[in-house]
Amino acid sequence: MSRLAAKFAELKTSGRKALIPFITAGDPYPQFTVPLLHEMVAAGADVIELGVPFSDPMADGPVIQRASERALSQRTGLRKVLTMAMEFRKTDQTTPLVLMGYLNPIEMMGYEDFANAAQRADVDGVLTVDLPPEESKECVDLLRERGIDQIFLLAPNTTAERIQKMDAYGSGYLYYVSLKGVTGAGNIDTADVEQKLQLIRENTNIPVGVGFGVKDAETAKTVANIADGVVVGSALISKIEANLDNPEQAKTEIIALLKSMRQAMDS
Amino acid sequence: MTDKYDMPDERGHFGPYGGIFVAETLMPAITELNEAYQRYMHDPEFIAELDADLQHYVGRPSPLYHAERWSRELGGAQIYLKREDLNHTGAHKVNNTVGQALLAKRMGKTRIIAETGAGQHGVATATVAARLGLECVVYMGAVDVARQALNVYRMKLLGATVVPVESGSKTLKDALNEALRDWVTNIDNTFYIIGTVAGPHPYPAMVRDFQAIIGREARQQCLDQAGRLPDALVACVGGGSNAIGLFYPFIEDKSVAMYGVEAAGDGIETGRHSAPLSAGRPGVLHGNRTYLMADDDGEIIETHSISAGLDYPGVGPEHAWLKDTGRAQYVSITDDEAMQGFHALTKMEGIIPALESSHAMAYAMKLAPTMRKDQIIIVNLSGRGDKDMHTIMQREGLSL
Repeated sequence: MSRLAAKFAELKTSGRKALIPFITAGDPYPQFTVPLLHEMVAAGADVIELGVPFSDPMADGPVIQRASERALSQRTGLRKVLTMAMEFRKTDQTTPLVLMGYLNPIEMMGYEDFANAAQRADVDGVLTVDLPPEESKECVDLLRERGIDQIFLLAPNTTAERIQKMDAYGSGYLYYVSLKGVTGAGNIDTADVEQKLQLIRENTNIPVGVGFGVKDAETAKTVANIADGVVVGSALISKIEANLDNPEQAKTEIIALLKSMRQAMDS
Repeated sequence: MTDKYDMPDERGHFGPYGGIFVAETLMPAITELNEAYQRYMHDPEFIAELDADLQHYVGRPSPLYHAERWSRELGGAQIYLKREDLNHTGAHKVNNTVGQALLAKRMGKTRIIAETGAGQHGVATATVAARLGLECVVYMGAVDVARQALNVYRMKLLGATVVPVESGSKTLKDALNEALRDWVTNIDNTFYIIGTVAGPHPYPAMVRDFQAIIGREARQQCLDQAGRLPDALVACVGGGSNAIGLFYPFIEDKSVAMYGVEAAGDGIETGRHSAPLSAGRPGVLHGNRTYLMADDDGEIIETHSISAGLDYPGVGPEHAWLKDTGRAQYVSITDDEAMQGFHALTKMEGIIPALESSHAMAYAMKLAPTMRKDQIIIVNLSGRGDKDMHTIMQREGLSL
């Protein structure tokens, strides 16, 4: 069983929901990332989504765009992110780590070389924003052979037919994007999400994490009531952006926010 | 390659290139657009309305002009210019925006968005939006806003909102990113008019089909005027819409050579260029797989060209396919050479070409002397040069 499957099974048994923080690797500087990942796990994170910076993040709002620009300005690209994943794994053999980013860095490395490198780094999942299931077979097969899950996005306007495609190609969990738009925008409409989750569950048994619009302990709790996992990204990265002159303060605020979310989700 | 050319396949693949590589949130919009495109491209009423607009609003057919004096001076093949510069708004871009705007109207969309580099596509989009009474927002890199101020003003006059894009390299690729973000947020009422043969399927095929009127006319005009097909076609390639528009109707005419001319900027060897087919490699950007300019980590590299319209790190996927199959050849022309082409056409024929088109002119100047005098080259004069006066004055240190 993959680390992701094991984690979601364990959470289900204990009646808890997954807290899934997203941060952009190398933001605001490369050495900041791995210690932060460990602290996030200690604060209650169940799964880590580690963003691979890309020069053209088409599906991201300004907060994550700027995080990518900060990381790229210090040359954190896919190869560097893979070494960070490897370093994280040295002292944490249990927390699933998912790489999230865009397809081009993987294309340029070559699918097979990437799959091998991800296996060496002991990465658990790969979420490629601009790789829909129809184009994903080659990549998914190579990852599956190495025990790595391909995570797919679901949107409010995704049809039942497409959910079945995600079910066929995806594993680990599915990431439901709760609004039409880019990351960091708007507020979550939980009634809407709940209705959509019903359609998703009719078409797949893969656990569903919900993101986009999770800003604080309260929204995290509301989402946890209806989904299998809660993804929080822009709200964490905003802390980094607000404290560029004092990254340690950013870390303190990120950990405090995650702890408050964990507490609210478990209460 | 078989004699019959029927690319792309139903999911938009030109061999390994093209396809649909977008975030899930965009999928339903792409599906909706593809269905409308498949339906209306064969609808006699739609075709009749489009043809009427192209004739009475755009001013088609555009002439095929035999540049006799220039041909004689070069001492080789006869050069014929396809005069897309004479279209309404001054470039080939309007062929596509008229078509997509009619599609938007049929789909009940009330809001139009577009990206633009040099501003020609933005102007052509603002123009058709004004005519149809649709709201129009144009995304333009902040760097391009500064260097193409005249076109920004034209768009504003036409009632469009021009949004300067401050992210990334602040050029065309970033404008495209921002337009995609807008589209994903406003999918219900918004139609995205992409200006070139890039983007996810169906855009590369759809924009090609709207631009193919260039080649259909040129083919017939050449038969009428010269009594035979041309020996070579030459067109500049940024995203590649004017080139594919000229090439496509000739693809099955094996005797016709095709040359796509990329922007070599300061020179391919300097790395400061916009020539992915000449010096890039395959990857995925803006919804399709194609040749790109990227570093070893897959990050997109900043491009350079004197011509804002060619300043793009990717290229339409059909060009990638035509390159790999050898059906078309891709060459490059530096900024300096393009300036020579610009002046040559201006002085020899009294026609001031756009800097983009000047790349095609410069290559024709190299190609013609290598061919016989009874041979024919059709060069696509994709746009007029008025918009570039400021850039050229600055480069040559002239003032009024």
